[in-house]
Amino acid sequence: MDIAVNRPPPVPLAPAAPARAHLRNRLQRNRSVIPGFGLTMGLTLAWLSLIVLIPLSTVFIRSAGMGWSEFLAAGFSPRAVAAYRVSFGTAFAAAFVNGVFGLLTAWVLVRYEFPGKRIVNGLVDLPFALPTAVAGIALAAIYAGNGWVGQWFEPLGIQLAYTPIGITLALIFIGLPFIVRSVEPVLEDMSAEVEEAALSLGARPWQVFTRVILPAIMPSLLTGFALAFARGVGEYGSVIFIAGNMPFKSEIAPLLIVTQLEQYDYAGATAIATVMLVASFAVLLLINLIQAWSRGRMQA
Amino acid sequence: MNTLSILRARHLLIAAALAFIALFLVLPLAAVFMAALEKGLEAYAAALVEPDALAAIRLTLLVAAISVPLNIVFGIVAAWSIAKFDFPGKSLLVTFIDLPFSVSPVVAGLIYVLMFGAQGWFGPWLAEHDIQIIFAVPGIVLATVFVTFPFVARELIPLMSEQGRDDEEAALSLGASGLQTFLRVTLPNIRWGLLYGVLLCNARAMGEFGAVSVVSGHLRGLTNTMPLHVEILYNEYNFVAAFAVASLLALLALVTLVLKSIVEWRFAYHRRSAGH
Amino acid sequence: MITLDGITKTFGGYRALDNIDLEVKDGEFLALLGPSGSGKTTLLRIIAGLAFPDAGTVAFDGEDVTGLKVADRKVGFVFQHYALFKHMTVADNVGFGLSVRKRGQRPPKAQIRARAEELLELVQLGGLGNRYPAQLSGGQRQRVALARALAVEPQLLLLDEPFGALDAKVRKTLRRWLRDLHKQMGLTSIFVTHDQEEALELADRVVVMDHGVIEQIGTPEQVYMEPATAFVSDFVGETNHLPGGIHVRPHEFRIVEDGGQPVIVESIFRKGGVWRIEGSLASHAEVVELDLDATLAPPSPGDTIRIVPRRLKTFPQSGATSHDQA
Repeated sequence: MDIAVNRPPPVPLAPAAPARAHLRNRLQRNRSVIPGFGLTMGLTLAWLSLIVLIPLSTVFIRSAGMGWSEFLAAGFSPRAVAAYRVSFGTAFAAAFVNGVFGLLTAWVLVRYEFPGKRIVNGLVDLPFALPTAVAGIALAAIYAGNGWVGQWFEPLGIQLAYTPIGITLALIFIGLPFIVRSVEPVLEDMSAEVEEAALSLGARPWQVFTRVILPAIMPSLLTGFALAFARGVGEYGSVIFIAGNMPFKSEIAPLLIVTQLEQYDYAGATAIATVMLVASFAVLLLINLIQAWSRGRMQA
Repeated sequence: MNTLSILRARHLLIAAALAFIALFLVLPLAAVFMAALEKGLEAYAAALVEPDALAAIRLTLLVAAISVPLNIVFGIVAAWSIAKFDFPGKSLLVTFIDLPFSVSPVVAGLIYVLMFGAQGWFGPWLAEHDIQIIFAVPGIVLATVFVTFPFVARELIPLMSEQGRDDEEAALSLGASGLQTFLRVTLPNIRWGLLYGVLLCNARAMGEFGAVSVVSGHLRGLTNTMPLHVEILYNEYNFVAAFAVASLLALLALVTLVLKSIVEWRFAYHRRSAGH
Repeated sequence: MITLDGITKTFGGYRALDNIDLEVKDGEFLALLGPSGSGKTTLLRIIAGLAFPDAGTVAFDGEDVTGLKVADRKVGFVFQHYALFKHMTVADNVGFGLSVRKRGQRPPKAQIRARAEELLELVQLGGLGNRYPAQLSGGQRQRVALARALAVEPQLLLLDEPFGALDAKVRKTLRRWLRDLHKQMGLTSIFVTHDQEEALELADRVVVMDHGVIEQIGTPEQVYMEPATAFVSDFVGETNHLPGGIHVRPHEFRIVEDGGQPVIVESIFRKGGVWRIEGSLASHAEVVELDLDATLAPPSPGDTIRIVPRRLKTFPQSGATSHDQA
């Protein structure tokens, strides 16, 4: 075949110059006077890929290599399903309790002045700062049958520690700051004028709360709830000391992963990890949707 | 009458919130110190100067000393590229940076086992070259870097976005180089936010349990960090020693909270004085 | 001399600047006037080298500087919100440009300090060098920003909405002061504003912009008296729109006994030295505003007065050309 036949006609030189100028201009358009974009973006992407994205992908690639039946058998074995039920159930219950008391705490911190407020405000972040293992053994000590709190429930026949109740108590501890810190800024931004306007229109305090305040803070409350829930599902350190860790009863999903790893059951651990990752990505998506919805609502 | 009922509601709400905080936050904290000192100061001190405890303290400090600076550099670099420039896919990138927050610590450990463990992708190659990552210090550092990954970046990105580009452009228009602009204008502008992020990052780095537990192998005196040491002592029913080591970590948390509150106070002070 | 040739800039499909040609003479005080979104600030940033055009060239004294960054253009830029460095004293702010010079060209510390003091004297802030920006008033910050820009001895001074963030009274004083300073230094200066009064009072020439194009370039007198387009007539000063594309300024009406257009007076109030009358044209139900010498007895609401324009301009609906009728 004669290649020359298909060759495009020779391009005259003159139009090439504007073309080059055009290219230069295109490059210039996105240029910023602030230096360092290429370097910092390159480093960011490289470090992000090395530490987060590539290691996370191993879980999915391993799972994909398993085949459906094997994956289902490992990821949804009766023991695994029971563990999900414990993890998701206790996380939901804890997030719910925090939704109420976290909102109360945020409200009190934003709206009222009282002695020691600054200390309380600092303490709210304790669960962020206190290592989970420390929280775990402390909570186990308090809620055990002979502990400060547990001893009051023991005579009633209620066991707190080493049951799902204990797990929920630990997750309430872990999740509290998520709700408080999500709701706080929105409450701060809400001017007292809005409440006064509602009151001046004849609303009762309870109506002001349910009809004016609650709708306004709902997106942030839901965001905080989702964050606390996601954290609770994955939580390990603060839970294992108080959980009892009985398979099918008080065994959480993260602990099951650890147990299977210790038995060199990589497939089982990976399958459960995949389920948990998908769940946390779903929550992440949900949070983004809530925030997009709230932004849209505020602008409309 | 109405005012009175509002006042009563106020006191009721404050009391309820304080009771909740006391029960769920103060009580566990107090329990740590009470249990640690149960057998007296001597037993407390003995638990801390025991060689395995000292080794755990040393390892925890080492891991923090490596992972915190790495996160500072990454956080600044990422925040610079994200906050000072416009490009498509920015919010996706921010979501990716936040990803480690929504991953269970146990899964965070697992992924490095799948990468570098004996059964992992690079396992055979690493074994061949006699490099150990899992059940060794490098694995602990990697897992810690993963779980603390977003701390500094997520503190700086909103701060630097809010500050805009005017200050940097002003410095550049006055002839400053990129590095001079960063060191003399940007860095002072973000110092409090940076310190805030570093405090939280450090607390998590020193206190991380789940991720580190999966990759450490729990070799006493070798790959045991302080939180792991607490676990071992606790499981051995050596409660006084477990709570003694835990009390050091609780002290770290308290110091972190106090410093954080001070920074917040300074933050607010600056914001108020700079505002119009 | 600054020459802009065919400057075009788009932001994601939106044409912020469309083929802008402009010449700025040495020592001139030029205003870029337009509403928000007119492209005036983008144009200023392109002249400064803070932004770069998609097409077209920027030349300083015949030398193409299109590709040069801000640091290499010898311009002083005063930002709308001043962009003062909060953590530095006022003197350190002013001396910043000198202190970041390369080792060989950097003046010694004492000299930088002296220069900063000198410039602070110039902007009437002598003795305030040790304060921090947060401790100054808005007008003082504005002058610090100006002193800082002048410290690097720019060939060209660029100001983005220099009085935008100030209250009316400070604005007025500062305006007069800036005009005097320009006269004294003779530095070529370009400022961006959306306030036509500011542009007319300060500038030697005004560039009126809208939607990324230049509507008119002229002296304040030309722009006010001879608006080239309906937009300029509308944007610069007050204008009544009468049927048929006729534009008449409120003070360009005369009251007559017979003939003219009957106007029903609706409200009347004193506006400085004139009566401002709002009424409607009997024939077209159009609202008109007109000013009447305040030494005359004012009409009352409900009265019918007859008016004749002393001077009017007609613009075809497209607003491309204009006809004068005096």
